[in-house]
Amino acid sequence: MSDVLLEVSDLVVYHGQLCAVDDVSFRIQEGEIFAIIGANGAGKSTLLRSIAGLHKLTRGNVSFKGRDLKGIAPHRRVELGMSLVPEGRRLFASLTLEENLQVGAAGGKKGTFTLEKIYELFDWMPARRRQYAWQFSGGEQQAIALGRGLLTNPDLLMVDELSLGLAPIVIERIYALIPEIVAHGVSVLIVEQDVSQGVAVANHVHCLLEGRTSLSGRPEELTAEQIERAYFGAGQSPVSGTHP
Amino acid sequence: MIWLNILVEGALIGGFYALFACGLSLMFGVMKVINLAHGDLAVVAAYIAVFLVPHLHVPEVLSFLVVVPVFGLIGYLVQRTLIQKSIDRDPFTTLLVTFGLSVVIENLLLEGYSANAQTVNIGSLGYNSWHPGSIFYLSYVSLVVLASSVVILGALQLFLSKTSLGRQIRAVSDDQEAAQLSGTNYRHIFGVAAAIAFATVALAGIAYGMTTQFSPTSGGVNLLFAFEAVVIGGIGSLWGTLVGGISLGIAQQLGAHFNPQYPTLFGNILFLIVLAVRPQGLFGKKTALL
Repeated sequence: MSDVLLEVSDLVVYHGQLCAVDDVSFRIQEGEIFAIIGANGAGKSTLLRSIAGLHKLTRGNVSFKGRDLKGIAPHRRVELGMSLVPEGRRLFASLTLEENLQVGAAGGKKGTFTLEKIYELFDWMPARRRQYAWQFSGGEQQAIALGRGLLTNPDLLMVDELSLGLAPIVIERIYALIPEIVAHGVSVLIVEQDVSQGVAVANHVHCLLEGRTSLSGRPEELTAEQIERAYFGAGQSPVSGTHP
Repeated sequence: MIWLNILVEGALIGGFYALFACGLSLMFGVMKVINLAHGDLAVVAAYIAVFLVPHLHVPEVLSFLVVVPVFGLIGYLVQRTLIQKSIDRDPFTTLLVTFGLSVVIENLLLEGYSANAQTVNIGSLGYNSWHPGSIFYLSYVSLVVLASSVVILGALQLFLSKTSLGRQIRAVSDDQEAAQLSGTNYRHIFGVAAAIAFATVALAGIAYGMTTQFSPTSGGVNLLFAFEAVVIGGIGSLWGTLVGGISLGIAQQLGAHFNPQYPTLFGNILFLIVLAVRPQGLFGKKTALL
């Protein structure tokens, strides 16, 4: 039994009047790939942003490596070893590729991931390191954002909507990197609308529906129907498309 | 020859405007705060140079050696306390707070040092000049101020583009939240930006006091010119601010050539033309700040 890296217990988060995350609990073990899936508006991003410290918790606890994160600023959480690759990449537009990576390297910890290591992982980067962030395609930007996150040398890498707006072939290529990242001792928490990707790569799937946990378990123990029901809500049977 | 004179005089004044304005531009670029007390800070620096620094047995001409670092420190502290608190409330609060600061500073100066005009006494340097041509007289002070402005803007540009701290400043300016997620303490970065702004405006204030007379209320009009220089050059571009300052200076000198009452008018006309034709400023970009 490995150690618990992140523990979220009874978490409630409000967006003004709206309850975005409603009583959600889960644990992530070291070395795990944990996928949170759910439809648009299920509260996935709010959940991640709350863990990263960008949102105030209404109730509940988040603890990381056994330490309660209450009152700890986002940049301090990065130093503790968690990194969030935000939805929509959010690269620094006026900085070059290399400068974007260097900002990541300046924050967080020192460790296995160095600029050279990232350039090894993404071999197309060195040749284009002086180009500005906005000059890259969506997939390339996602890779740069991943690199920036990895350079903080996190123990837990959280990725919000990894595949959003990317071409299928690009998504496949980026997902192929995840096992390699885990091999470096990083646990990964991914949030996805695209169920098939999430389920295929993860050791544990946690499904949110309207802010609540609707299903949680190991992917091999879950049937496609269970996931479908948890994703869309009971009683509905959508035509097809996103089911695994 | 008269036209050349206008250009040169304009450029000399423009260098001062740029030095004065770069901190305003930096604070706006990084933390979206328009510091309405910016001009008054310059005046305070000049008053300190005249009234307090001589007590330390430092000659007034070297007063910037003391005042500039002290202002940098004050800038950091004021940002981390007063200004950060108002940013945390909402953007409008920062306008009220800095405006309030401006009023308080002006009144304290009036109370303490009266409305009499002052100058920073720099001895013979103040009226010596260099005249390379028949009708050309270039005051040494103005030349030194222009040269220092160029050097300081260059150093600042280098700092922002080459150092790790500078990169973080630009990152925070681009996307504060993403910078936090990359492990950057944005409040510290705000403090550093404010320190630079306070230090440069202190230097500008002392330079102002060396070239002309100042009184407790001199801050306002200079703040206006600084705004114009920043907007003409393009918000967030340091070299743009220099070009903006020089353009403004030349426009004002041109106005003065036609009528001694026209300098501000001509400057404002240039400002309005730029706003109408190129609202992002001469060097402004839409995607990038700094």
